[in-house]
Amino acid sequence: MDKFLQLTLTGLTSGAVYALVALGFVLIYKSSDVINFAQGEFLLIGAYMAYFFLGQMGVHWSLGIILTIIVAAAIGVIIERLVLRPLIGEPIISVIMVTIGLSSLLKAIVGGIWGTNPQVFPVFIPKDEVHILNAVVTTDKLWAIVIALAFLVIFTLFFRYNKEGVAMRAVADDQQAALSVGISVQKIFAWAWSIAAITAAVAGIIVANVLEVSPNLSGVGLRVFPVVILGGLDSIPGALIGAAIIGLLEAYAGGYVGDGSLAQVISYIVLVIILMIRPYGLFGKEIIERV
Amino acid sequence: MESGIFHSTYEKDMALRHTPIEKARLALVVLFLLVFPFIADNYWLNLANTIGVVSIGAIGLNILTGFTGQISLGQGAFMAVGAYVAALMSIHWGAPMWLTIPAGAIATSIIGAIFGIPSLRLKGLYLAIATLAAQEIIIWVITHWDAVTGGVDALNTKNYLWFGGENHYFSEFQFYWIILIVAAVVTTVSVNIFRTRIGRAFIAIRDQDIAAEVMGINLFKYKMLAFATSSFFVGLSGALIAHWRQIVTWERFTIEVSIFYLAVIIIGGLGSVSGSIYGAIFMVMLPAILNNIGKALSGVIPSMDILIPFVQQAVFGLVIILFLIFEPEGINKMWKNIRDYFRLWPFSY
Repeated sequence: MDKFLQLTLTGLTSGAVYALVALGFVLIYKSSDVINFAQGEFLLIGAYMAYFFLGQMGVHWSLGIILTIIVAAAIGVIIERLVLRPLIGEPIISVIMVTIGLSSLLKAIVGGIWGTNPQVFPVFIPKDEVHILNAVVTTDKLWAIVIALAFLVIFTLFFRYNKEGVAMRAVADDQQAALSVGISVQKIFAWAWSIAAITAAVAGIIVANVLEVSPNLSGVGLRVFPVVILGGLDSIPGALIGAAIIGLLEAYAGGYVGDGSLAQVISYIVLVIILMIRPYGLFGKEIIERV
Repeated sequence: MESGIFHSTYEKDMALRHTPIEKARLALVVLFLLVFPFIADNYWLNLANTIGVVSIGAIGLNILTGFTGQISLGQGAFMAVGAYVAALMSIHWGAPMWLTIPAGAIATSIIGAIFGIPSLRLKGLYLAIATLAAQEIIIWVITHWDAVTGGVDALNTKNYLWFGGENHYFSEFQFYWIILIVAAVVTTVSVNIFRTRIGRAFIAIRDQDIAAEVMGINLFKYKMLAFATSSFFVGLSGALIAHWRQIVTWERFTIEVSIFYLAVIIIGGLGSVSGSIYGAIFMVMLPAILNNIGKALSGVIPSMDILIPFVQQAVFGLVIILFLIFEPEGINKMWKNIRDYFRLWPFSY
């Protein structure tokens, strides 16, 4: 039972990081139908920017986080403007490949500046041990879960009450109709990309705090595909629940099955099964074109 | 289309090359390929061999992605299947190369067809993600099925010419001819596939799958066939690599390899056999050239040695982005434009 609880908490922690990355992913897909293969690199940049401000410049963590978020938002907008906008209306393989190219470029820039060795991050979320029933967990992991949930609440409110949020939903629903009622679709795309970059950057800060800062962090980008497919590509609650399920599955597969190596691949097996029986995921809209 | 050329027979109409200039160009290329190994040193032969195997793999991927419109992120894993089958056959059974290489290709073609089954229900983005899963699952199986594949350890392929023969060490020069012959056959076969019913069916599926079905193309059959044909060439490329490098490890077949091949066909030109080859030349030469420039600059800029891999990676990403924005149809289209410019000169409008 102790082991079960321990694994559950571990799973939920990695689920929280997946959720934050997946949120940005879903946001971009929802508003512009673009699948962003560079989402993991956004996380990487967030982690390294936080390391730069907190570790190398030595600013206070509150200011450091704000600066990181500003830089992330700016990068999101710039990328949308320079790379994605010329490709509006191009076939899907072009859009996929351009984000793959982007991921390679961003990874190289980060590697070129900071090298490939892991960096020690000045931890600012305390790592005190807390006993929940019989399991031991550090507070930074609990914070990760709290922050992910907070983002879900913020996003839900944003899409319901904020003008830009409502406009984003309109663009996602029908771009031409949105244009005809005076919504600037380009501005909405810029919003989507900057918010996606921000959520990924926040995830990056959390990962930097819980683990370390290293180039391997961008691997999360590929690991969120099972999450978003399971939850439904265009569903924000789906991203969160999908992230929790995948995080837990990986933790249980790692803890209970054989030598634990199954954890690396279990999410992809789930992905294939989901794609075969329910491609639109648990909460996605059923608009997949059947062949 | 060239003006002033009138086809008076069906044979002439069906010919791949119509004008004397086109034929002369082909003759020049063939001449160059035959002379090249005698004037090149080992470094250039190695590059040429790399271009050869990458071309074969890229043609395979282009058949699937460029001609049939099925995006695949599983290229690396499919190559791994070909490479491992060939390597294991040579190690455990002492099978000769002329048997292991086709066997690797056939095995890959079967695995490819199996992983092609989701393509019947999924397309575009969803198929890309399904093939990404195929990539991760196949590589996981290879690294964890210790009893058969040797797990994460590297395999040392044996090059036998006959059952029970001696392990033969090929020089780059000797392997150049093997790769050249295979690449020539693959090129000829794939150029001609698209003049047959099968190839036309592939293109019809890419352009409008529903219309294709209405016209009587069995989508199940032809999509499977596309996966099988494509994987056959991809596995061929993998098996050739296994015998050429004589070392097979899973690290050579990761998702990065899949991405590399997608980049090759996008930069070369989707839906073009010659484009696959141009792309292979470009993408193999680019890091080599950058490496040489970097080494030349290492005296001027002190930390250049460390930066070279990052520069290569950044340029790789940048080239993909720039091509997609400015010339989505790739080098093939650029080459066509240049040709047209000179052919119509001075009235190139």
